[in-house]
Amino acid sequence: MLNRALLLKLLSAVVLFGAWEIAGRIPVSFAFPTFLESMTALFEMTMNGMMFQAYSETLRPLAIGIAISAVLGIAIGLWVGLNSFFDWLFSPIFIVMQAAPLAALIPLLVLAYGIGLTSKVIVVCIMAMPVIVLNTSGAVRNTPESIKEMGQSFLASKTSILLRIVIPAASPVIFAGLRLGISAGFIGAILAELKITPTGVGDIITYSRSIADYPSMYAAIFSIILLAVLFLNLLEKIEKVLFKGNQRGYVSD
Amino acid sequence: MAMSPIKEVTAQTTPMEFESAVSVRNISKNYGDVEALRDMSLEFPRGQLTSLLGPSGCGKTTLLKIIAGLLEPTSGQVEVNGKTVSGPGKDRAFVFQDFALLPWATVIRNVAFGLEMRGVAASEREAIAEKYIKEVGLAGFEQSYPHELSGGMRQRVGLARALAVDSDVLLMDEPFSAVDEQTRRKFQEDLLNLVQIENKTFIFVTHSIEEAVYVSDQIAILLPRPSRVSEIIRPSSFRDKGVDNIRRDPEYLDIVDNIWASLRGYVE
Repeated sequence: MLNRALLLKLLSAVVLFGAWEIAGRIPVSFAFPTFLESMTALFEMTMNGMMFQAYSETLRPLAIGIAISAVLGIAIGLWVGLNSFFDWLFSPIFIVMQAAPLAALIPLLVLAYGIGLTSKVIVVCIMAMPVIVLNTSGAVRNTPESIKEMGQSFLASKTSILLRIVIPAASPVIFAGLRLGISAGFIGAILAELKITPTGVGDIITYSRSIADYPSMYAAIFSIILLAVLFLNLLEKIEKVLFKGNQRGYVSD
Repeated sequence: MAMSPIKEVTAQTTPMEFESAVSVRNISKNYGDVEALRDMSLEFPRGQLTSLLGPSGCGKTTLLKIIAGLLEPTSGQVEVNGKTVSGPGKDRAFVFQDFALLPWATVIRNVAFGLEMRGVAASEREAIAEKYIKEVGLAGFEQSYPHELSGGMRQRVGLARALAVDSDVLLMDEPFSAVDEQTRRKFQEDLLNLVQIENKTFIFVTHSIEEAVYVSDQIAILLPRPSRVSEIIRPSSFRDKGVDNIRRDPEYLDIVDNIWASLRGYVE
């Protein structure tokens, strides 16, 4: 079963990269390199240390932003989900945040917070946090009433009900929100580097494009997607370890 | 009145002489303008099984949840072993209609949940849980997850969880309504054994007339809008005749018919 899943993943990767290679060889545009050219550029940039240098820049706002979004997002989400007053107070903010055209707001952020790390972290947070908050609060609100009553009737304290019942029950949807939020955070990190100041991976993208070194540009884009995919897979592993019985849905199904 | 046929049955039963484990005194419950229960009083004899039977909307589950301490009555009080109920307590355990198992926890952790919340040490609560898993016939499934079990087995887990905390009173909210007919019959027979073995007071909510008459020492008929106790029936003669003979006992059949006659008018 696991082997089949792995095989399918490999197959879809081969199909995708094959299509990329073919599209690059036609070529669909002279600005679109082949898969192999891009991989060669990626290999070179990794070997000469450029990638590591770039990621040491990019990962800082990304990691800080994602950590803040995850911790604060889940905390606010729990709060909003458990208390209708905070729901009324905070939900609109995150709905607006999620719908806001971020690229257009970046000049405002720069005006307020400068061009440094703070602005970039905020961009990552604006991208990542709303979906984490909204998913968490929705999941918490929809905890099946009967398992909460079960906790009460078996004398669980309020904290126990929250930690042992509400959060585990909400965890699949919380993790779905984390997955969506974190991938949005990756987009936010690159967006910040393209729109605020070109550093790290955003710098490679901007610079390579300006000198028409398209393989390097696509190599940088590819590397960030790869990193995001790897990170999301790791997250899935963490979820499976933490909440083992959740893999097959709910008992009441 | 529609309830007149029941009078004959109650007239035959023995006069009530028992010690109450649970007393419900003048309970009323309003949801806004809606009167769910009005001035309801009821005694639940110790060591016996009492059914709350009535058409849907008669407030039987509401009453059960008030006894459990999960709902607050608008007025009136519930006493368990002479102590007034102010919330869930160690003296009561609940069996849920939809099982209310934790899907991410194994059978043994689900069964031990109540003990865990009471602060029983891990090794001790696992030993107790194992004993009750065996008792409800699920030995070998300790490490299974709920989704791997059939509906009937899931409710056995729910029952084991309630038995494991060793409460005096077992509250069962339509526990067999979500399992198939054959499993339900087996459950009913097992329940009769359980009432005999365990020295516990059972309060059993059901909408099945046959089920109520089959398993109960005492049946409280509730009528809706507003909910009230219309009749208390105590079957007397067939309880000792063995599980196989109850369903063809004349008294059993009479009581079932009479209850239906009195409830018919309330079923839309």
